[in-house]
Amino acid sequence: MAKQLMKGNEAIAEAAIKAGCRHFFGYPITPQNELPQYMSRRMPQVDGVFLQAESEVSAINMVYGAAGAGARVMTSSSSPGISLKQEGISYLAGSQLPCVIVNIIRGGPGLGGIQPAQSDYFQATRGGGHGDYRVIVYGPASVQEMVDLTMEAFDVADRYRNPVMILGDGVLGQMMEPVEFHYKPAEGLPAKDWATTGAAGRDPNVINSLSLVAEHLEEHNWRLQDKYKEATEKEQRWELYNCDDAELVLVAYGTTSRIVKSAVNQLREQGIKAGLLRPISLFPFPEKAFAQLPSSVKNFLAVEMSAGQMVDDVRLTVNGATPVHFYGRTAGVIPGPAEIIKKAKEVAGGEK
Amino acid sequence: MAELILAGFGGQGVMSMGQMLAYAGMLEQKKVSWIPSYGPEMRGGTANCAVVITDEEIGSPVVVEPDVVVAMNLPSMDKFESTIKPGGVLLYNSSLIDRKPARDDITVLAIPANEVANELGNTRVANMVMMGALLTQTGVVKVDSIHKGLEQVLPSHRQDLLEVNKQAMERGSKLAAE
Amino acid sequence: MNVVFERTPALSDRPTHYCPGCTHGIIHRLVAEALDELGVREKAVGVAPVGCAVLAYNYFNCDVQQAAHGRAPAVATGIKRVNADNVVFTYQGDGDLASIGCAEIVHAAARGEKITTIFVNNAIYGMTGGQMAPTTLEGQKTTTSPYGRKIESTGHPIQVSEMLATLPGAVFVERVSVHDVPNIRKAKKAIKKAFEDQLNGQGFGIVELLSTCPTNWGMAPQEALEWLTGNMIPYYPLGNFRSPEEVE
Repeated sequence: MAKQLMKGNEAIAEAAIKAGCRHFFGYPITPQNELPQYMSRRMPQVDGVFLQAESEVSAINMVYGAAGAGARVMTSSSSPGISLKQEGISYLAGSQLPCVIVNIIRGGPGLGGIQPAQSDYFQATRGGGHGDYRVIVYGPASVQEMVDLTMEAFDVADRYRNPVMILGDGVLGQMMEPVEFHYKPAEGLPAKDWATTGAAGRDPNVINSLSLVAEHLEEHNWRLQDKYKEATEKEQRWELYNCDDAELVLVAYGTTSRIVKSAVNQLREQGIKAGLLRPISLFPFPEKAFAQLPSSVKNFLAVEMSAGQMVDDVRLTVNGATPVHFYGRTAGVIPGPAEIIKKAKEVAGGEK
Repeated sequence: MAELILAGFGGQGVMSMGQMLAYAGMLEQKKVSWIPSYGPEMRGGTANCAVVITDEEIGSPVVVEPDVVVAMNLPSMDKFESTIKPGGVLLYNSSLIDRKPARDDITVLAIPANEVANELGNTRVANMVMMGALLTQTGVVKVDSIHKGLEQVLPSHRQDLLEVNKQAMERGSKLAAE
Repeated sequence: MNVVFERTPALSDRPTHYCPGCTHGIIHRLVAEALDELGVREKAVGVAPVGCAVLAYNYFNCDVQQAAHGRAPAVATGIKRVNADNVVFTYQGDGDLASIGCAEIVHAAARGEKITTIFVNNAIYGMTGGQMAPTTLEGQKTTTSPYGRKIESTGHPIQVSEMLATLPGAVFVERVSVHDVPNIRKAKKAIKKAFEDQLNGQGFGIVELLSTCPTNWGMAPQEALEWLTGNMIPYYPLGNFRSPEEVE
């Protein structure tokens, strides 16, 4: 198929449809509106369902019902709306229901702004709602990667019976880039024999997260933790760029990683051995990538569009072995290569 | 590598102009990105989009120091004139902007886009007059690629607009060559 | 020996956890009988609420999803939109439906969502310990209105059936009571009719059932039934507010 020029928000929607998603429940919020708008146009053409819910709270609970009925289902929102969805996400995780949730992050807290940010990293990677659970989170860095990861997200959600989140930001949602769609259904996905489709010729299926006996609930929790362990083992994704002889490794994901890549190129031109470690899966955090780095690395510099969130995972992974520094702009301000280069030089120079 | 900002008020076609450039770049196998300004400013004043067309991987699609600015109205020129890289290009719509740019370290082209469009009988092709001038001045993509893009972008019942768009580009091109 | 009365198949063979004198058990049975009489148990999907009926998934012998507090109509919407052939119902109490879930029920009704809601109104929060509900009557004492509900500070009790009957999407709206046998028979008829309307693709249906809570009302079961007839029915009049026949 020929390349198309598409907005990130629309590309996610088309990718979902290509991956077999036929149910979408959403609620308007900037900067992700092109996604539900696209769905409202496309779903009727593929005999799918687009429904604009009365709130984000209702939308995520419609996702719960549809996921429990066995459908591939998606919702999308932006930061304040994702906060509202957290109750439902906790129930989805507790009831082990697969779905794909898109967060096109904007600056916060509160109503915040509408410009791009990465300040929902904690919320996304730590579960976000109440209880001991995790959501598998991907942080794409291009429109093409939004497409590829969205398609994969449906398979991963079905495999683990767990919500999967696509964490974008206003830049990725709004920008247009050339994309291609290639979806090959994953093989060996488990049958959804737990879905509530009507108890014809079988015992009733129950979708439920309630368990009033503490020991039973603990057992259920350990089962969930086993899934997260398996995902941590199998689903880590990352990109290493110019890291083979790097002394300074910049760590950045999503939009920020693109800017950092430009900065790394310029640092190299100036003789500084800089590289980029780009997490693609944010939960599980790509610890394995750090193990592949050469012994020449003297410093890490995490760069984020937040006041410092992913940097905690870098610190936890590095575990004190190497200094970890941070540079961030937040609340909707996008860092430029020049300020990142300045900080990188400070860090690199400080070691000499 | 070319980083462009196209700005004007809603309805002047700066967003679609940017998309056509990105589309043409894509047809020429280049790396391209397009990103709009978004938010309340869309509901009135000035809208703009940033386009990057390059052979290398694109870092930030957000353009801070453009090589080229197209200003379709005065607020756009006020906002972006100072951001252009030294040696860069400013094309402005002299039909609507009566002040002259202050910069002397950039190439400046005054294009009476609205007047030319009106002469062609379709005021909406002012952006394509600018497009013609832009391509002749910068060569960022080929005229032919824009034509191909137009054919694809225009719905079948609007293909009759192809000709006037091409004419507008030719007129703009001539003005830039003068 | 002749068997003259049996458990209906859509009810599980399990004892319920409901308090002595509680009318939830009766209502469960009415719903199950309606499903069985219509022959739809195998395509029924229930949605259990948060509240006393949270464990309804143990009692209905059909597929069930347990929903977050108040969200049952949204969950039911998701289910029905995936499998339109399923007979989908929510089973909700007054705190769940008329307080925290007010938006969900109003919008499911407004959309004419083809689901059936069984709404159990006992004028109090049962499971959490007898707190004031949106349906608690003026002057009624609860653990959060110890001096009796005051209209001045807490407003008037919500008449859900009357409110929903204003929405064209709500094609079947009826209020019944389960305080005696003739009324229980009427309640059964209303529930069955609501399911029939769903099967005919008519739109949203709700049956509001006035119910007792002897434990949290602090009354003996018989006394509670009398309190229902003497206090609730005057404020919550019984009857049909909308039916598809009338709508057409």
